[in-house]
Amino acid sequence: MLSVAVEHSLGDFRLDAAFESGGGVSALFGRSGAGKTSLVNAIAGLIRPERGRIVLDGEVLTDTTSGVFVPARCGKIGYVFQEGRLFPHLTVRQNLLYGRWFASRRGEAGEVAHVTELLGIGALLGRRPANLSGGEKQRVAIGRALLAQPRLLVMDEPLASLDEERKGEILPYIEGLRDEFAIPIVYVSHAIAEVTRLATMMVVMSEGRVAAAGPTAEIMSRIDLLPLTGRAEAGAILNTLIAGHDTAFGLTRLRAAAGELRVPSLDLPVGAALRVRIRARDVMIALEPPQGLSALNVLPGTVAEIGASDAASVEMRLDCAGEPLLARLTRRSVENLGLVPGRQVYAVIKSIAFDHQAFAGAVPALPGADAETRHA
Amino acid sequence: MSWLVAFSPEELTAIRLSLRVAFWAMLGSLPVGIVIALMLSRGRFWGKALLNVLVYLPLVLPPVVTGYVLLLLFGRRGLIGEFLADQLGIVFAFRWTGAALACAVMGFPLLVRSIRLSIDAVDRRLEDAAGTLGANALWIFATITLPLIVPGILAGMILSFARALGEFGATITFVSNIPGETQTLPTAVYALIQTPGGDLAALRLTLVSIVISMVALFASEALIERATRRTLGF
Repeated sequence: MLSVAVEHSLGDFRLDAAFESGGGVSALFGRSGAGKTSLVNAIAGLIRPERGRIVLDGEVLTDTTSGVFVPARCGKIGYVFQEGRLFPHLTVRQNLLYGRWFASRRGEAGEVAHVTELLGIGALLGRRPANLSGGEKQRVAIGRALLAQPRLLVMDEPLASLDEERKGEILPYIEGLRDEFAIPIVYVSHAIAEVTRLATMMVVMSEGRVAAAGPTAEIMSRIDLLPLTGRAEAGAILNTLIAGHDTAFGLTRLRAAAGELRVPSLDLPVGAALRVRIRARDVMIALEPPQGLSALNVLPGTVAEIGASDAASVEMRLDCAGEPLLARLTRRSVENLGLVPGRQVYAVIKSIAFDHQAFAGAVPALPGADAETRHA
Repeated sequence: MSWLVAFSPEELTAIRLSLRVAFWAMLGSLPVGIVIALMLSRGRFWGKALLNVLVYLPLVLPPVVTGYVLLLLFGRRGLIGEFLADQLGIVFAFRWTGAALACAVMGFPLLVRSIRLSIDAVDRRLEDAAGTLGANALWIFATITLPLIVPGILAGMILSFARALGEFGATITFVSNIPGETQTLPTAVYALIQTPGGDLAALRLTLVSIVISMVALFASEALIERATRRTLGF
C-alpha cells in the first residue's frame, strides 16, 4: 500500500499530486513534462519535496510536517531508470549483487539464480555494461533493483530508449515481475500500449497535477480524459480468455464478458488471459445485427455516453454486457443513425484490426498484418 | 663511452634522492589532493573561491617566492615549523623531507586539477542509482566515485611526480643544495655547471633526467589507458 501526496516547485513548474495504490502495477501516465519523473523521484527519495507525505506499507518515508525524510530510501524502493544507469566499471554480476551488500534481509541462496533466469541474463554475468545491447542493459537494471530486496519498484520509462522489438522483448519480463514476485510497481510511461498491457491502475498526470486515477480499463474508457490519454490511440480494454483456435482459417477465439471475438491466430494456450485494446477508430456501429458483412466480430450493447465535439468525428462509449467499448464515428453518422444514450446498437470490429498494438506486444507481430505499427 | 656510465657516488646519491623526494611528494600530497579536489568539485561552502586560488597559486607564483614562503612557514623558526619541530620532532628545513614538501606544493595544482576534472566528469546519476540500492555516502564514494576517477588520480600522480623531478626554484630556496641531503638532480646539475670541469658530469645527469622523465611519462600513458579501459569496460 503506497500513499503519496507531494507539493514541490522546480523553477516555474509546480508539482501538486496525490494518489494511492494497492498492489500490482500503478502506471503514472502523461505527456513529457507532466511531472511524472519528479513525482517518482520524490517517492524514491531522490528529491525532498517542499511539502508532502509519503507512506509505504505503514512506514512514513517522507513527512514534511514532522520532518521525516528517508533519503534514497536505504534500498527499500528499487528504481529502474530510463537509461539503465548500470555501473560501467562493474561486471553484470557485480551490478546485480550491488544492492545485496546493503540489503537488510538476505535473500535465499537461490534468489540470484531465480532472478537471472526470470530475466534471461544468465549468459551475460561476466560481461561489462559497455558490451550489452539496450534491451540487455534494461533487464540487468531490473534485476539489480530487484535483488536489493525492495518493497516497491519504481520504473521510470524503462522502455523509452528502446526500439519496438526490444520493448516487446522486455515487456514479458516485467509482467513476470508483476505476477511472480508480487512486488508493487510504480511504472512511469507515456506509451499507452505499455500501460494497457501492464497496469492494474492508472494515474493520469497533466501539468503537475493528477487529472484522474483508477483502474486502467475504467480510465481508458473515459471519454472526458481523451485529451490527456490521447485521442488517436484511444481504445477500451477488454479482459479476455483464449477460448480456442480455428486452425483451418488461422484465427483464435477470445471470450470476453461482452461476447466472443475472432482475431488473427495467437500463439497462446487455451485458457490464457489476454488484455485486448480495441481502438475506437476500429469500431463501427450498426443499428441491426448486420447481414452479409465481412467483419467477424459483432458485439451487442447500448450507447452509454456520447462525447461533445465540433470536429468531424466524435467518440462514444458503449456498454457491452457491463464492459465498456469506445467507438469513434463521424458526427454525421451519429445524427443519421439517431444515436442517443440508451440506444441498442451492435459494435462491429474487423478481425484484421487486432494487430500487434492491440495486444501491446503480448504476441509476436504478424508478418504484413501491421507492418506500419511494428516499425513505428 | 665509459664516462657516461661511470657515475660518481655523489651523482648516484642525487639520482636516488631525486626519485625518493618525487615519490614521497607525490604519495604524501595524494590524499590531501583527493579531498581538496572533492571539495572544489562537489562542495558548496564559504571561501571556496579563495581555496581554489590558494591551490593554484604555486602554478603562477615564481618558485623562489613559493620556496621563501615555505621557509617562512616551515623553517625552524617558522610559524608551523617551530611547532612541528618542538611538539612532534618533525623538521623540514634543510632536510630531504623539506625538498619533498617543496615538490609536493609545486605539484599540488596539477594533482588537484587532474583529479577534480575527473570528479566533474563522473555521472552523478550513477551515484543516485547506488543510493537507491541502499549504499550510503561513504560506500557510494568507495565503490562508484573512486573507481571511476582512478584514471584521473593516476594522471594527477604522474604529473605531480614529473613536476617533482624537475622542481628547482622552490627546493633550492627552501632547503638549499646540500649534497646527500637536499641535492636533487636539477640542483646537482646546476651545481656541476657552476663548477669548473663539471660539464661531463652535468651531461650525464642531464641524460639520466631525460631517461627517467620519458620512462615515467610512457608508463603513465600506459597505466592511464589501462585504467580507462577497465573503468569503461571495453
